[in-house]
Amino acid sequence: MTYTQTPSNQTHPQTTYGSHIWINNLTKSYGELTVLDRFSLEISPGEFVAIVGKSGCGKSTLLRLLAGLEDPSHGEIKLDGQRLAGLNTKARVMFQDARLLPWRNVLENVSLGLSLQARPRSHWALQQVGLDNRAKDWTTVLSGGQKQRVALARALVTQPNLLLLDEPLGALDALTRIDMQRLIETLWQEQQFTALLVTHDVEEAVVLADRVVVIQNGRIELDVAVNLPRPRDLANPELIRLKQEILHRILKK
Amino acid sequence: MQTIRRRNTFSNLTTAIPWDNIIPWVMPAALILLWQVLAQIGVINSRILPAPTEVVQAAIRLTLSGELFKHVTISAWRAVVGFLIGGSIGLFFGVLNGVSRPAELLADSSIQMVRNIPHLAMIPLVILWFGIGDEARIFLVALGVLFPIYVNTFYGIRAIDPGLIEMGRVYGLNRRQLFSQIILPGALPSMLVGLRYALGNMWLTLIVAETIAASSGIGYMAMNAREFMQTDVVVVAILLYALLGKLADSSVRWLEKVTIAWHPSQNLK
Repeated sequence: MTYTQTPSNQTHPQTTYGSHIWINNLTKSYGELTVLDRFSLEISPGEFVAIVGKSGCGKSTLLRLLAGLEDPSHGEIKLDGQRLAGLNTKARVMFQDARLLPWRNVLENVSLGLSLQARPRSHWALQQVGLDNRAKDWTTVLSGGQKQRVALARALVTQPNLLLLDEPLGALDALTRIDMQRLIETLWQEQQFTALLVTHDVEEAVVLADRVVVIQNGRIELDVAVNLPRPRDLANPELIRLKQEILHRILKK
Repeated sequence: MQTIRRRNTFSNLTTAIPWDNIIPWVMPAALILLWQVLAQIGVINSRILPAPTEVVQAAIRLTLSGELFKHVTISAWRAVVGFLIGGSIGLFFGVLNGVSRPAELLADSSIQMVRNIPHLAMIPLVILWFGIGDEARIFLVALGVLFPIYVNTFYGIRAIDPGLIEMGRVYGLNRRQLFSQIILPGALPSMLVGLRYALGNMWLTLIVAETIAASSGIGYMAMNAREFMQTDVVVVAILLYALLGKLADSSVRWLEKVTIAWHPSQNLK
């Protein structure tokens, strides 16, 4: 990826388009244990997909495979038609813990790995998450929600084609969580990257995703589209019904 | 309102006299005064412990004759050379074994075995190897410095949160950047702790090495003075060691302030 344009401060500098993901017959096993079993899934560019399931169902493994942090045992992942081998350079990951470097200030954390010319982008990314005024602060003085916002800015500063969210809001309090969900939704709508959210919170999945995929024992149990207008209202009866349905499917077995 | 105003005038008074800076010095000053009085009225024999004024006079005498400067420079030279040799070896193996499992398997247990030998117990062997020249003293200092640097560098690197390294990989850092931007800064607090221990060991080793066999240096000055019953010079030598040790410690403190200002140990506000 190269950036020739300099970012303007008001709007996002250029529209990036999301990756097309094609997962075919993917199997991942650790010794005897098969975590993902002949798993296939296609995600359109710019789509927001949520993966839900009980802990240990293989959803985090799927995310790590997509990030290129692990190699599949069998099967393949294709990104925009190209087979993924090694680290996925088009993807950025937001982890459950923010994983900020305590020896760098907020701005330096956002500009991690950026070339010198691309550094000014960090300010733009911080503006996107509303933390430009904290640029010079140490990350240790930030609240949990602010830390995750910095992590989000760090993930978005390179304008990735794919954003992988590994339960990034799991450790936040309920109110901060709603704020973060809104923020992620807004930035996703603006920048049109493909987003994959791994979560055990069904409500969060239904609020954010175009499609909710339930994984059970390494395979797809349910794949359901959420056709509700955004931003979604938690009190919407259709949303509540969908949430109940998905919960039942997960807890049934 | 009234209480606030009163408090303000009170604090104005207290800021005029910086009590917080004065109070820590009250005890030492009182002790020195007591020591002076006891020595002067003859309760303490000056052969056992000369009065502070006599110690100061001895220090001035040694400074003017150039003797003090000569001994301090030679001691400092031995300390620095030994520290640089031992420190770089410890740093090299600490980093190498920290980042590479094969290197750790190969070298760590050997280093740990040697580390458990008290290095001062090696003195007879070191004299047999090097004679009683500077090589022997520098070797001992290097040995005393090596292990604290090694151990703290090694564990500092190993204690880094693997999540941060994984994050660095996902965010496109290559191996060199991972090392310079995540591993090294993450290990630095522990490495500086190692540096502190190493500097303490450095002076301790040098004192012992210089008192046993030397013809120059602060330790020699003290031993020589003992033979002539110059207790004042012995006390000057001891105070010099204290001063140099304090100086080394303060410089590490300064280094910590500059390099790891982010660390909780630096009282981040």
